[in-house]
Amino acid sequence: MVALLTLLSALPALAQDAAKEPAYRAFPLIGSRLAVWAIAQLHLNFAAFILGVPIFAVIIEIIGWRTGDAQYDWLSHEFVKLTFAAFSTTALLGALLLFLFIGYYPKFWTYMTSIFFPTYGVYAALFFAETFTVYIWYYGWDWLSGSRKWIHVSLGVLSNVFGTAILLVANSWVTFMISPAGVDESGALKGSVWAAINNFTWMPINIHRLIANIVFGGTIAAAYAAFRFLGAKTDEERARYDWMGYIGNFVALSAFIVLPFAGYYLGREIYAFNQTMGITMMGGFMSWLWIIQAILIGVLFMGSNYYLWLGMERIPGSERYRRYVPMLIGILAFGFMVWATPRSMVITLDEARAMGGTHHPVLGFLGVMSAKNTAVNMMILTTFLSFVLYRRANKVSTKPWVGTGMAIQWAALGLAAAVVIFFGVYGYFVESLVRIGFSVYQVLAVLGAIFVVMAIDIPMFKGARSTGAIRWGTIAPRSQYVLILLAVTFTWLMGLMGFARSGIRQHWHVYGIMRDNSVDAVTPAIGYAANMITVVTIAFFALVLFIFWLGGLGEKGRAEAHGHAAPVIAGGSDRRP
Amino acid sequence: MNLFRSRFAQAVVVLVIAFVIFRFGIRPPAPWSVLTLYMAIVLLAVLIYVSSDSDSWREFMRPIRSTLVAPDKRLARLVLLIVVPLLFGYYAYTQAAAKPQAPPELRAVHPAPPGSIQFRGKEIQITGLDNPLRKDQANFKKHFAAGAEIYIRNCVYCHGDNLDGKGHFAFGFNPPPANFQDPGTIAMLQEAFLFWRIAKGGPGLPKESTPWNSVMPAWEDRLTEEQIWQVIIYLYDATGQHPRRWESEH
Repeated sequence: MVALLTLLSALPALAQDAAKEPAYRAFPLIGSRLAVWAIAQLHLNFAAFILGVPIFAVIIEIIGWRTGDAQYDWLSHEFVKLTFAAFSTTALLGALLLFLFIGYYPKFWTYMTSIFFPTYGVYAALFFAETFTVYIWYYGWDWLSGSRKWIHVSLGVLSNVFGTAILLVANSWVTFMISPAGVDESGALKGSVWAAINNFTWMPINIHRLIANIVFGGTIAAAYAAFRFLGAKTDEERARYDWMGYIGNFVALSAFIVLPFAGYYLGREIYAFNQTMGITMMGGFMSWLWIIQAILIGVLFMGSNYYLWLGMERIPGSERYRRYVPMLIGILAFGFMVWATPRSMVITLDEARAMGGTHHPVLGFLGVMSAKNTAVNMMILTTFLSFVLYRRANKVSTKPWVGTGMAIQWAALGLAAAVVIFFGVYGYFVESLVRIGFSVYQVLAVLGAIFVVMAIDIPMFKGARSTGAIRWGTIAPRSQYVLILLAVTFTWLMGLMGFARSGIRQHWHVYGIMRDNSVDAVTPAIGYAANMITVVTIAFFALVLFIFWLGGLGEKGRAEAHGHAAPVIAGGSDRRP
Repeated sequence: MNLFRSRFAQAVVVLVIAFVIFRFGIRPPAPWSVLTLYMAIVLLAVLIYVSSDSDSWREFMRPIRSTLVAPDKRLARLVLLIVVPLLFGYYAYTQAAAKPQAPPELRAVHPAPPGSIQFRGKEIQITGLDNPLRKDQANFKKHFAAGAEIYIRNCVYCHGDNLDGKGHFAFGFNPPPANFQDPGTIAMLQEAFLFWRIAKGGPGLPKESTPWNSVMPAWEDRLTEEQIWQVIIYLYDATGQHPRRWESEH
């Protein structure tokens, strides 16, 4: 009775304490920031995967549906199976992230809710719609086959529409934190929530993330295929997963080629929104991140090309194109060196004196954007050329206009290279703002050349004479480690660039509106961030491996996956891309 | 002759040639950090090339495998067993041994400017700010001449009479003063950025701008707002550089 009376008398005090909710709480041991950082990054990795894979899975399903080739249908199902396995993990991590925000950053979350509350309902509705659509898409694979296939494909398209819409809503929250809009000086919403959603960096990030998700999904799916290839017991299985790995890498590479352009657009928009933010990112303390990024992207370019060259070994007739490899690797290596050359170098005092400053009088020219843009565009052109050679490795065109076609293709590539180099050099002689505009011409030249070459290549090799079928499954096993390396590199790169995007806010939760007054209100050093991202990447792959293992476990003891036979594709048809 | 047909020998030759070019072909010498980076890229490219088809890879590996397992290569193995650890040991020693100079450090290209600054009690908005004297084209020569005089009186000792960062005091500083002739310095920046740097100097850098070492004095105590804009006009005009313009609002 006494205890009850004591408790009752203490209730008002408890209520008062509850009313004085702290702005921050401390997460045990590692602190709140690290906890949120790790879970947010893991959630983003899984979310990128489950949003990226269905985009190309549905395209592959459509190809299978229209051509009647069961292999594509099997492949699409394999991709969706991976997505499906990762779905619940993504949702769990999302819920955990929400709890962390509410529990450890309550004031921040209250503020974000005051702005974005109307979007919460939309987000939840979209999430339910996405989940149930994917459920029906996955479980209805056999049910909605045959004459009802169009319904199944429509479900795939619909799940992508919902998935992309989810991405757009979530991006509005994160971009508002970088470039707030639609609020007054006190941070209160002035009018409609749309102004806050449609902020300065929203659309650039939407575009960048959508493309990056496809690349990421492709690399993870290819890594899964490599994992299965390396553990395969039969030639048929090896052939199947060799093909799957190739398609995953092809998808990743196709999207990766345009990703630097989207990244450049995003960077430019950040610079245009706020010069301080732009300089912090590109020239300030985060500038060294871009050298690490250049090295990682160089590895991605080199790795992707290496995989294609290794893959050519299983294509009879590809020998005639091997002579191009030294030239291709020379351009890639030179481009890599240019891209990784820092503007402000790591030097000793003696070296600085010998150079006459912190900028090298010769190599310093390679440290600015003119050189970087030229290098990356040349690397993209080179990678595209590798793909074209791979594509035609076992084909001999029978068209009478083949000579003219080839000449136009080489001319288009040469012209694009000339345009890229011309604007790269000319960029040194004009003012910054004009130079930034040159990157658009360089990009257009490269995309134009890709368009012209493919527009000629497709009809030129239609009905071509084959020099032999692709021997799927005979690729050197080291190629599979390259696929895994590409997936790990891209995951690490995503984490690193995510840190750059988030870190440029510095001591602000919402830039210029809501200050970070927590004990963690200091931007971590690059080494610290790199270590953190490495830990998250390892955790991500441990979870992914577990999911891959589960995927394999579900098939054990079953000769057939999901009711229809996995196609035999050893020595497969050269109808494949 | 046979040796140079070996893939392994070819790879070694490419690496040696690349090293010679990077080490001795670039003047002034490339910093060690850059040389290491370049050589790592060349090594990666060489390894990719020799392993990009199975025949080439087998041929590349043959002398390595032979050295490691062939009975007649016992002496070579013994030599490698001694030489390789010694080389690693020497490398570790050179990296760990104390040197009579400051270690190399990472430096940011440009410190990030604040949105606005306090200049002699007056708030000046840096973002979007243009040099007001450029509107006064009739007196441009006058401003240029005034800027030149200010530069000669105050700046030349560090930044040099050629504006190349080689003034009398320059060799006493680490990092050295900025070289305005370099297209990667003032040509990359808006004039407002220079105004902030000149006004606040090293001591006035906000903490967001770190890590950044600078012995640049805060000139706001010695120069007026107009004098700072005049010297900025001089810097651009004398070097032939053009200031970066602000991007138009979307």
